[in-house]
Amino acid sequence: MPYFFLCLYKFPMVKIKYIEHNSKEHEVDVANGLSVMEGAVQNDIPGIDADCGGGMACATCHVYVKEDWFNKLPEKSEGEDDMLDQAYKPNSSSRLSCQITVSDKLDGLVVHLPEKQV
Amino acid sequence: MIDTDVLIVGAGPTGLFCAHQLGIIGLKCEIVDNLDKIGGQCIELYPDKPIYDIPAIPECTGEKLTNNLIEQIKPFNFNFHLSDRVQEMKNENEKWIVKTLKGKEFLTPNIVIAGGVGSFEPRKFPTKNCEKFEGKSILYSIKDKSIFKNKRVVIFGGGDSALDWAIELSNNSKISLVHRRDEFRGAPASVERLKELQNEKKLDVFTGYSIKDVIGNSSLESVEIKNEEGQSKKINADYVLGFFGLIMQLGPILDWGLNVDKKTIPVNTENFETNKKGIFAIGDICYYPGKLKLILSGFHEGALAARGCFKYARPDEKYRFEFTTSSKNVKELLGIKE
Repeated sequence: MPYFFLCLYKFPMVKIKYIEHNSKEHEVDVANGLSVMEGAVQNDIPGIDADCGGGMACATCHVYVKEDWFNKLPEKSEGEDDMLDQAYKPNSSSRLSCQITVSDKLDGLVVHLPEKQV
Repeated sequence: MIDTDVLIVGAGPTGLFCAHQLGIIGLKCEIVDNLDKIGGQCIELYPDKPIYDIPAIPECTGEKLTNNLIEQIKPFNFNFHLSDRVQEMKNENEKWIVKTLKGKEFLTPNIVIAGGVGSFEPRKFPTKNCEKFEGKSILYSIKDKSIFKNKRVVIFGGGDSALDWAIELSNNSKISLVHRRDEFRGAPASVERLKELQNEKKLDVFTGYSIKDVIGNSSLESVEIKNEEGQSKKINADYVLGFFGLIMQLGPILDWGLNVDKKTIPVNTENFETNKKGIFAIGDICYYPGKLKLILSGFHEGALAARGCFKYARPDEKYRFEFTTSSKNVKELLGIKE
C-alpha cells in the first residue's frame, strides 16, 4: 500500500467496558490484537496491576467476566487456571485479562474488576 | 558494619549483571535479596520456562540464565545476603547506611535498586479476621512442622506446597485440604498420592470451596468455607495454612524518599540515578520514556549504573573505559592467566 493510503488506514478498534469494584465504569477503545490487560493499562484504568507485564506469572490482572461474554472469550490458556488459584477471590467467572486478546468478536465486552489484585 | 562500594538490592538477572559490570571496573559490591535463592523472578516465577530474547542465546530457561550469570561473576567473590530485606536507610557524610530486616548494616556511597516489581511475600487470605491469628495459628510457611503433631490442620491451596504438606502432615495430624476447583496444579504423583490418602480416609479433601471466615476469640477454633452456590461448611481447626504463592511488594523502599510513580522509580538514562544522589534504579523497577521491561534492557541499565557508581566510590580517580577483549586490568580482575 502506498504510504499515503497507509496514513489514512485506521487501526481497527473495539469498545471495552471496565467496571471497577465500586461500580465506576470506564468505556474505552482498544485496538485489535492488544490484550484486555493492555487496554486497561494504556488507558490508565485503576484496578489492573499487571505486575509481570503479561507473562501469566503473577495473577494481578484478574477480572470477572459474566456468563454472556465469558463463553465468547478465547479459551483459557494452559496454566491460566493455575495462576488464577493465586488471585484475590477467584471464582468460575475469573480470567486473567492478559490472556484475552481483543478482536472484532469482543466489541462491547464488559469486564468487572475485583476489589483488589493482591 | 559492612563497608562496600555498592549495595545491590535484588539478585535477579539485572542485579547480577550489574555486579559483573562493577567487578570489571574494579568496584566491590554486596547483594541483598529477600528470596532464599539467587535469580529473582527468573528462578521464582519461571525457572523452567524458556526465554527467547536474550541476545545471542536463542533459547534459555530462567534457571540456566541465572546459573550462567552466577558463573560470570564468580571471579569477583561478591557476598550474597539472602532471605533478608533492606529496611531503613539514612545519609551520613555523603554515604548511605542501610539496615536490613535481620539487622545487618552496610556503609556505602552507592545503592543500586534492582528490585524488579518488589520483594516476594506470601499471598495472604482475603478474610479480615485472619489477621489476628497470622503468625500464630494462621501460617503461610512452615518453619517447624513438629507444632502440628496431633493437631487439626486445614490447608488451603492446590499447588505443590499445599499438596506436599498435606501429604506429609497427614502422618501425624488431622488434615483437611481445601481448594477452589477440582483440578490440582501440583505434580501428578502428589495428586495421585493425595487421592490414595483420601480413599484411605487419612485426610479430607474439599474442592470447589474457598475460605469464608475464621472463628475463635483468643485462639483459633474453626474455619468456615463456602462454595460458589453459597453453601458453607465449618471445619474445626487448630492451625490454618495458606499456600497461594507469592506476590511482589515494593515494601520499605517506598519510604526512602525516592520519586515513585505506579510502582516504578523514575531515573535519568545517562547513569540510571534516581532523584537521590548515589541511589540508582535498574531493571523492571526503573522508568524512563521508552522503557522496556526486558532482561536485556536491565543488562544495559546495569552497565551504565555501574559507571555511575564509580565516581562516588572513587572520587579521586578517573574512570577509563576498557574492553574485556584487550584490557590487562580486566583480565587480572577476572583471574585469567595468559
